[in-house]
Amino acid sequence: MIELENVAYSYGGGELLSDISVKLAPGSFHFLTGPSGAGKTTFLKLCYGALLPTAGHVRVFDADVRGLNRDAVAGARRKIGVVHQDVQFLDHLPVADNIALPLTVSGRGAEAQNGDLNELMQWVGLTHRAAALPAELSGGERQRAAVARAVIMSPDVVLADEPTGNIDWEMSQRILRLLIELNKMGKTVLIATHDLSLIRAAKAEVQARVLRISNRRVQLAGADL
Amino acid sequence: MILDQKMLRGLVAGDRQADRIVPPTGFTAQLTLFAAGAMAFLAVFALALSFAAGRVADRWGDELARTSTVRIVAPAGQATAQVDMALAVLSTTAGVESARALTSEEQQALLAPWFGADLALDSLPVPRLIEVREAQSGFDAAGLRLRLNAEVPGAFLDDHTRWRAPLVSAASRLRLLGWIALALIAAAVAAMVTLAANAALAANAQVIAVLRLVGATDGYIAKAFIRRFTLRTLIGSAVGALLGTVAMLFMPSAGADASFLTGLGFQGATWLVPLMIPLLTASVALFATAFAARRALEALS
Repeated sequence: MIELENVAYSYGGGELLSDISVKLAPGSFHFLTGPSGAGKTTFLKLCYGALLPTAGHVRVFDADVRGLNRDAVAGARRKIGVVHQDVQFLDHLPVADNIALPLTVSGRGAEAQNGDLNELMQWVGLTHRAAALPAELSGGERQRAAVARAVIMSPDVVLADEPTGNIDWEMSQRILRLLIELNKMGKTVLIATHDLSLIRAAKAEVQARVLRISNRRVQLAGADL
Repeated sequence: MILDQKMLRGLVAGDRQADRIVPPTGFTAQLTLFAAGAMAFLAVFALALSFAAGRVADRWGDELARTSTVRIVAPAGQATAQVDMALAVLSTTAGVESARALTSEEQQALLAPWFGADLALDSLPVPRLIEVREAQSGFDAAGLRLRLNAEVPGAFLDDHTRWRAPLVSAASRLRLLGWIALALIAAAVAAMVTLAANAALAANAQVIAVLRLVGATDGYIAKAFIRRFTLRTLIGSAVGALLGTVAMLFMPSAGADASFLTGLGFQGATWLVPLMIPLLTASVALFATAFAARRALEALS
């Protein structure tokens, strides 16, 4: 589904990631952990074609991202839901329209009217905030709205970058449960986080592989987690 | 390629949801509307100037090319005889359709603007004039001059070439200037829209990043900006063209003695031409925004 083969990424003259080979199989659940600045966000961006590797190959749905034009990258992103660390919304649109944005840009805006959107907003507990502007949401509500936007197209893969950052434990658990539920629906999930308690909580409910970025390389984490 | 058939169909059909993804920018929108309106208003006048100059050039060229004047300068006692002799020569000249001597009243009318209506022609050594109309084939001016010189000593042939050419040339240049003004207005619209679109795209880099994150193609993003700027330009220029056309309606009408200024305006079907200005400026805006969007999206990728 998404495969990184001997990937390296350099930025500003220094190598941030080196010789990384990871395969995200369909239906798998992965955590990516590591200290702040280790390259977790860069790793995720490589996975959805926002960055190109300086060495090696990134294959998304069997296509090398280097060979994809911008329209093809856009097409691939419709099959990958992304929850960003710094959640990005269109500030002038209400929450409901922001969540429906992937449908709108893919010409399926009408589908948002037929109940799918309401169902999804109910699922993330934001029905009462549908008409609010993003700036009016709390941190937890923004994260849940971001999760809802990431999954509204029923993507094959969900990549979440620190989806529980800056929110309380209870809300973190709620978002984690949403992502686990998605995985149980057959979606591939990768969560980048430095919150080890979140990983422990997830492992009780789902079979997850934990990858750790250390010294520019990615390795499978041991039993210390 | 940002602009293709699908994109153009989408631009015409519109997409209310897509239109909303670009944040409203009140001040920029008003400036674009105003600038487009002002340009369209000026374009109406440039068009009117071109058409009026064209009409004048055609009229001067056509009317003066087919007439000539024979001037008889002779002592008072011989003037009438020389006029008759000249008319006789003209009547036997190939290519002359008709020739007639102007009456005293007609000559008086010609001089009235300078000397007043009650001028006594007999008191002045005013030459007698013969108006000559050419046939389609035209006549041999040089040969006619020689004959007149030989047979009518006081006759001088003026075929208007001397002053017709610069007048027609001036009118033609004026017409050309009108078209150049129109081209410059179109270029100014393109520059203005490109600048406004560039500013909007730069100000909305974050919006573009979000749209790309959720899978929007460059064509989709560009379409949202292109449609907005094209519509603004269309509306602004439609208002400007309408005001310009109304202003032309209030220009002094061209009567029988129409001069260039009183004839400045549209006639007949040319009144429909200002309708093309909003379409033209909107087309310019469409291509200018597409160009700006393509560059901006490449730079932001």
